[in-house]
Amino acid sequence: MFSYLIRRLLYAIPILFGVMLITFLLFFVVQPPYARARAILGEKARPAQVQQWLHDHGYDKPTYLNTKPGQHLFDSLFVNQMKRLITFDFGVSDKTSLPIAKTFTDGVIPSLCLTLPAFVIGFIMAVTLSLYQVFIRYSALDRFGVFLCVALMSIPPMIYMFVGQRVLAMQLNYFPAYGFDLRGWQTAKFVLLPVTLMIVMYLGNDVRLYRTIFLEEITQDYVRTALAKGVPQSRVLFVHVLKNGMISLITLVVAHLPFLIMGSLLLENFFGIPGLGNALIHAIQTGDAAMTNALVYLGALFYLAGLMLTDICYAFADPRIRLS
Amino acid sequence: MPDPTFLEIKNLAIDFVTETATVEAVKGISLSIARGETLAIVGESGSGKSVTGLALTRLLPEPPAIYKSGEILLDGKNVLTMPPRELRTIRGNKIAYIFQEPSTSLNPVFTIRNQIAEAIKLHRTDVRDIDGEVIKYLDMVGIVDPEKRLHDYPHQLSGGMQQRVMIAMALSCRPELLVADEPTTALDVTIQKQIIDQLRELKQRVQMAIILITHNFGIIGGLADRVAVMFRGKIVEYGETHTVLANPQHPYTKALIQCIPQPGQKRHRLTTIDHAALEAAV
Ligand SMILES: Nc1ncnc2c1ncn2[C@@H]1O[C@H](COP(=O)(O)OP(=O)(O)OP(=O)(O)O)[C@@H](O)[C@H]1O
Ligand SMILES: [Mg+2]
Repeated sequence: MFSYLIRRLLYAIPILFGVMLITFLLFFVVQPPYARARAILGEKARPAQVQQWLHDHGYDKPTYLNTKPGQHLFDSLFVNQMKRLITFDFGVSDKTSLPIAKTFTDGVIPSLCLTLPAFVIGFIMAVTLSLYQVFIRYSALDRFGVFLCVALMSIPPMIYMFVGQRVLAMQLNYFPAYGFDLRGWQTAKFVLLPVTLMIVMYLGNDVRLYRTIFLEEITQDYVRTALAKGVPQSRVLFVHVLKNGMISLITLVVAHLPFLIMGSLLLENFFGIPGLGNALIHAIQTGDAAMTNALVYLGALFYLAGLMLTDICYAFADPRIRLS
Repeated sequence: MPDPTFLEIKNLAIDFVTETATVEAVKGISLSIARGETLAIVGESGSGKSVTGLALTRLLPEPPAIYKSGEILLDGKNVLTMPPRELRTIRGNKIAYIFQEPSTSLNPVFTIRNQIAEAIKLHRTDVRDIDGEVIKYLDMVGIVDPEKRLHDYPHQLSGGMQQRVMIAMALSCRPELLVADEPTTALDVTIQKQIIDQLRELKQRVQMAIILITHNFGIIGGLADRVAVMFRGKIVEYGETHTVLANPQHPYTKALIQCIPQPGQKRHRLTTIDHAALEAAV
């Protein structure tokens, strides 16, 4: 198990390197720092000002290798940028000159306030509903459930958010329409609507998928054995089928867990939640390359962590799997 | 004296109805079983043996299965009209099953202890020492060191051991009837014999009727008291095993008996069954 994890960690290195390379190309080659400096400082900025800005941000270096006489060969943009990402020393934002680390730590909590409850409640709801559908499988109600799922899936997320904000929040005044507050019940008040919307957006897809997984399980021989023992249908479903189905579900679900930290781009932006999704959108909109780069890199890191977590959970849930 | 016949199938007919077709799997069969008796149901693949066995406790998936007509009387009560709650008190408790594929019939994510314990907890609420009871039955079916095996998962056991666990699970609720649906087909030849011997020994030890479903006439000798031969959803021959074996009446039975390999007899070709001719005869 331990050696397996070490091996997985080593596998992650080339992937992370690839991510760093791609983001570097996007943010430092497609738009070189000089062009960025001009964009941020304005067309009227004097050359000396631009030089100073580049120097302050450590961008006054050659792109890949430093071949200037008397300088260290690796004192280049690319190597320095990699060093920063690897050591989590992200430096300051291009735009505001505030530390990126602070933006990150400030954004995590609001993001999790949105994504964590949505994930947990949504998952429990999807499992329960899909198992219930399997319980009444092929009945009229089950078919109606499938229809409802497809309907939920077919509506674009923007419609949910728009209706939620305009109708439920602004016209009917059930919820605050915009904003966030990190003080106890205030938080709950502000995230209630976005959390609900997030659950609804994914519910149709999840229920349909889980239903398929459980329907597949229910045709297995061990289900017949359990029924032949006299185990009630409900126990067969919620104990035997659920535990087996979970093994398939885990691969789908656990991978998302660490990624929850990154928040939701759309919902945070729409409802003014100051989380990491919002920060990323803001960074992209204002051309804040350092911030975008750091957030994309962290996202990739969490994604890889999710994949690894999946394998570990797999080994715990399925006695047939030994990680080696 | 109580009626020794406790299970009676009367004119049972079962269809499978799907969107594309209707399959008449069982076409009006009648059978009866007395306490402690062993009945073999023999027939080729698709003849409706498993469907008959599963119907006894209404285990067929509905839909597609439809119990078209007939009744299954267990101690005089019709299984096919029982409410689910009452059905559950029969399943496992009065009629227990072992199936063809032990590797898929056991639940892969529960220990064998838990799977046997589940049956005991369901039907024998008076049992206090559940582990002790599980060990007792594992021991009974010939599993060595049962204490050490309790927390094994099915995949840690060989096919023969898995089938023994299935038998232990079936016996653990002291059923009146054990339905063994091709219990040895998926196993090695040597293991097949061990399992059949185990069943024969258990039959002596616990008073229990057995329905042995098989396509192989070879394994029923010495185990089955009576035999029913099924062909295309019908029973074409029904009688005492030794009578049927010695003097088969139906051409299909004759053909099946011909298929039993005889030790010492050298044969160059395996007998095949001429279906067209049989179809005409039935
Ligand atoms: N779930 C089902 N859906 C549709 N048809 C079925 C189903 N189960 C059985 N049948 C049909 O019923 C018929 C009898 O099947 P059954 O399983 O009883 O045969 P069998 O005698 O047990 O054969 P085998 O030796 O292969 O186990 C077959 O034609 C089969 O196609
Ligand atoms: Mg069968």
